[in-house]
Amino acid sequence: MGRFWSLLFLSVPILGTLAFVLAIAGVGPFRDHWLPENVNDYGGVIDQLFMFILYLTGVIFIGTGVALFWFMWKYDAEKNAKPAVYMHGSHALEIVWSVLPAATLLFIAIYQMNAWADQKMRRPVAEAGPDGIEGTEDDVLQAPIVEVTGRQFEWRIRYAGKDNVIGTPDDVHGVNDLHLPVNEDVVIQIKSMDVLHSFFLPHVRVKQDVVPGMKQFVWFHGNKSGIYDIVCAELCGWGHYKMRGKMTLESREKFDAWLAEQYAEQERSGFQPKTGADEND
Amino acid sequence: MTSVPANAIGHAHGHAGGMELGKFIRMYVFSLDHKIIGLQFLFSTLLWFLVGGLLALGIRWQLAWPWSDMPVIGRMLFSGEGGQIAPEFYTTLFTMHATVMIFFVIIPILAGAFGNYLIPLMIGADDMAFPTLNMLSYWFMWPAFFCIGSSFFMPGNGAGSGWTSYPPLSVVQDAAPSSGLSQTMWLLGVTFVGVSSMMGSVNYMTTIIQMRAPGMTMFRLPLTIWAMFITAILQAFALPVLTAAGFMQVTDRLINTGFFLPEGLIVNNSAAASGGGQPLLWQHLFWFYSHPAVYIMILPAMGMVSDIMSCFARKPIFGYKPMVYSISGIAGLGFIVWGHHMFVSGMQPLLGMAFMVSTMMIALPSAVKVFNWLGTIWGGRLTFNTPMLFALSFVSMFVIGGLSGIFMAATPVDIFIHDTYYIVAHFHYVLFGGTAMAVFGAIYFWFPKMFGRMMNDSLGKVHFFLTFVFLNGTFYLMHVLGAVGFPRRLADPYDYKIFEHLQPVNQFITICAIGMVASQALFAFNFFHSMFFGERAGRNPWKANTLEWMAPSPPGHGNFDFQPIIYRGPYEYGSPEVATDYYPQTQPPPPGVKAKPSSGH
Repeated sequence: MGRFWSLLFLSVPILGTLAFVLAIAGVGPFRDHWLPENVNDYGGVIDQLFMFILYLTGVIFIGTGVALFWFMWKYDAEKNAKPAVYMHGSHALEIVWSVLPAATLLFIAIYQMNAWADQKMRRPVAEAGPDGIEGTEDDVLQAPIVEVTGRQFEWRIRYAGKDNVIGTPDDVHGVNDLHLPVNEDVVIQIKSMDVLHSFFLPHVRVKQDVVPGMKQFVWFHGNKSGIYDIVCAELCGWGHYKMRGKMTLESREKFDAWLAEQYAEQERSGFQPKTGADEND
Repeated sequence: MTSVPANAIGHAHGHAGGMELGKFIRMYVFSLDHKIIGLQFLFSTLLWFLVGGLLALGIRWQLAWPWSDMPVIGRMLFSGEGGQIAPEFYTTLFTMHATVMIFFVIIPILAGAFGNYLIPLMIGADDMAFPTLNMLSYWFMWPAFFCIGSSFFMPGNGAGSGWTSYPPLSVVQDAAPSSGLSQTMWLLGVTFVGVSSMMGSVNYMTTIIQMRAPGMTMFRLPLTIWAMFITAILQAFALPVLTAAGFMQVTDRLINTGFFLPEGLIVNNSAAASGGGQPLLWQHLFWFYSHPAVYIMILPAMGMVSDIMSCFARKPIFGYKPMVYSISGIAGLGFIVWGHHMFVSGMQPLLGMAFMVSTMMIALPSAVKVFNWLGTIWGGRLTFNTPMLFALSFVSMFVIGGLSGIFMAATPVDIFIHDTYYIVAHFHYVLFGGTAMAVFGAIYFWFPKMFGRMMNDSLGKVHFFLTFVFLNGTFYLMHVLGAVGFPRRLADPYDYKIFEHLQPVNQFITICAIGMVASQALFAFNFFHSMFFGERAGRNPWKANTLEWMAPSPPGHGNFDFQPIIYRGPYEYGSPEVATDYYPQTQPPPPGVKAKPSSGH
């Protein structure tokens, strides 16, 4: 039976690797069962890191899986008459398998720091500040083009409008239907009115929990027009599953036309939005 | 002790056809004997394991066939919805599945059942340091069972804001039907579990420090005991924070203290009664306990697996001291990694970087352990019986769960996979593939000691095979779902265009999950049948070295019928000093061989 059990354990790295290979290749039943298409210029780095860690851990997964199989196969008491080796360990080996993983892990940690900072800490800059040099502390950060507020169970949307300031009478309001210009940096201000939600845009690799009482910003640079999902990724109550929105990325001209049309529609209907920096003040 | 008094199992029947009720209650109900208390924990947790498993099937049903009538039992359970799972009940299902599995199964089965049963036996003590406290630690589980169990029948039908219970959803009663009385009961239940665990920890620490038999130095302790010791320390230092946070949430809910509610909150069109707090504060306090708790849920399993593997490889554990140091390393680092649950929570991103580094480093001691397990079976003489197969599967599955953790530790990658099925796959590989498999192995391994009879090995292997296959069928493809971004906790994800094609995979997963739960019937049958009809075990059926195997099976009250004196470490298999391939810790060295000085000083 030792042979059977060894092979069962060998099937773990074999089938495990196979499943990932099929998913990455998108073959047969695994069609579109991998990272969805990335349409954000800044999102590719996340996919690259994902794949980098996948290859690295894949080697260790296969290595340890095969070693486990081989030791089970070779040292099966039924097949192997040799007495067990009486030893308590090896100092040299302990050093090797502590130092190598430590160095690798530390490398991964440092290697990705920049990507993290780009995603969450370096909001796009509108213009260099008084000193005329970009990348210094007095840079003027790009203003949000739109504000998205999570609320059980919808995304309320408020565009800054012509004056580029959120909370003024020319704001354009909407629900669950987010339009954004493609091929430029966009900054979105996100908030919550009631409970926690998470603003998840899978196709642009953006995810940020929205927290009531906190104003946060996310940004990306869309590079392909289309309609994409807005997912709520943090439990927000019984209707969490239906808190869906859609994001339309379109050319600047189309976007401007759409926004103007929305504004005109809003004027016609006599909609009187509350103004002020915070909708729920 | 030479006499075996009446408290032992198998001596239960008094004269004249039964004993007085009072005596029975003292022996089996409010028993002070660590073995009876351990078994009480074992039976309670196994029963809750079944409940937790059925709750999981409810989740799986909904994900495979959303809004469809559940066959047969749907009508009974959800008559109001015509046999379907309502979306608010779905939130209760995953909340309660996690709550039951974590607080009523994994933590108490490791520390409560195995910790209680094994600590005195493996260190050569006659009982725990504080038997009454020990009894109370079990009986404090019952108010918890009552609070959580009864909340299903209260308004809201059970808490539904996730086992993490994040405010404001969990605090504001208007936020969800389940955030009413059910949530208060949930908080009380978890607090009672905390009180129980705290009593246990204090007892385990004291017992291990104070009550070791002569010669049992710290570095002669089996790794199971080391793991239990460090787990107890983790519990003792982390739990007060959760308890305090729980009380803060209770006061937020009942007397509007507003620790976790920000100013100006409008939920469900009505303003919250209080404000001025911070929702993230709860997350910090919660994970300050619950991340160390993750290690509380795996370290004892690692210890037990080490003991089983060394025994059936007939070889000393590879790198005993590095194993001890890595357990300590995991525990130490475990206190400074909680922020990795909060990378996208709105926590300051700079802080995320610090937590990312500490989280990466905690993979190191885990890797060292895996390599040492591989070193242990290298060059051994492996016997593939049921406990050994479960122990080996622990290593195989833990590798998957450990490696997938590195993805989440990488902050930029976590942005995409946070709160998706990638994390669900990750922690199920650690907790089911790891801990639950180790617990099965431990039950098969120590059953002969507990009940004096062997479990059926052939049936055990069939149980292992089915569980192993179905477990991978259930959890492996969740990685693939997570790579698409498939989120957790959605009652019906298929309305999203990006996820609509994922239903067939989910149906496959559900079928495997049903198979996995069904296979446990074999285990239940084997367990109860062997208790009464299994082959008699004798003291040391596995020819193991550790102390518990020197005591009678089952051990009587006071455990040992001789005074154990310890001459060596627990893993001296194949020692050249003796002709047998095992060398019990209590066996005096043969004449002419000088006892090795203990390395524990």
